Amino acid sequence: MVSPGPNRALRREPIPIDARAADHLRYIRETMESAAEFTAVPGWGGVTMGMTALGAAVLAARQTSPLGWVAIWLAEAFVAVAIAAPAAATKARRANSSLFSGPGRKFVLSFAPPIVVGALLTVALFHLGAVSALPGVWLLLYGTAIVTGGAFSVRAVPIMGMCLMALGAAALFAPASWGNLFMAAGFGLVQIAFGFWIALRYGG
Amino acid sequence: MTREEGPAAVRRVGAQPVSANLDRLIHERIRLGIVSALAVNRSLTFNELKALLKTTDGNLSVHARKLEEADYIVCTKSFDGRLPKTEYRLAAAGRKALERYLDHMEALIRATRDR
Repeated sequence: MVSPGPNRALRREPIPIDARAADHLRYIRETMESAAEFTAVPGWGGVTMGMTALGAAVLAARQTSPLGWVAIWLAEAFVAVAIAAPAAATKARRANSSLFSGPGRKFVLSFAPPIVVGALLTVALFHLGAVSALPGVWLLLYGTAIVTGGAFSVRAVPIMGMCLMALGAAALFAPASWGNLFMAAGFGLVQIAFGFWIALRYGG
Repeated sequence: MTREEGPAAVRRVGAQPVSANLDRLIHERIRLGIVSALAVNRSLTFNELKALLKTTDGNLSVHARKLEEADYIVCTKSFDGRLPKTEYRLAAAGRKALERYLDHMEALIRATRDR
């Protein structure tokens, strides 16, 4: 065999072929992970969630009791999860999710804690009769979840979280009667606007 | 896999001639990176790819052109205001090539470890 250097070098220092193949696979996965950090955030899902939130705001505004109002928004939260989870899963699958479990796991781990806090505070505040504080608390914590979850994502995601947090902060100090409007603005309009941005810019 | 390793690979994995149909086009590191990154994005701009793969203008454009010539990726040039913008998308042939390449690497690992 007359082939030059590399062959001899290879023989002197044999690297197992399966280690090389594993290295190639690792490189592919890492490239996909760093390139796809944002792809699982569903843009059109966000738009749909925003629209159901606007619907919920209309229904919630008609409620006469605090319990009715809270029930409508909690139902909306479940609807939103039912929209977001399959939308994210579909988008991740399209991006070959078996190869990029990293960003998805990071997102869930950083998204979950503020949501859990939000759920606990909802129960506590409701028992205290402080229902008027809920819009601010919900917007702030959902916004926090989006900011922390989106820290690993494209710019649009954390910016959306900051908008929600700003609305939440304003809602905390605004007259209680504006609460439902803040909810419509945050969970409705902000999500629709950023949903379009993400969908058009980052593929669905 | 480079040409030099070819025969060795075949010997190592025994009966399975797994290296025979290796796609050399995407075996190269930068080209493999381009295809992998595009596999999880609808499109990426030249600059996004450059940052992602931490490579130079010249290097990226040479490798991207090779993939384009093989119809593995599609390149569109447009203007973003006054700035020229080059965008790449993965073509069906490129996606297939990546899938084949992944199968190939998995087969190599399996063939070596099963023994």
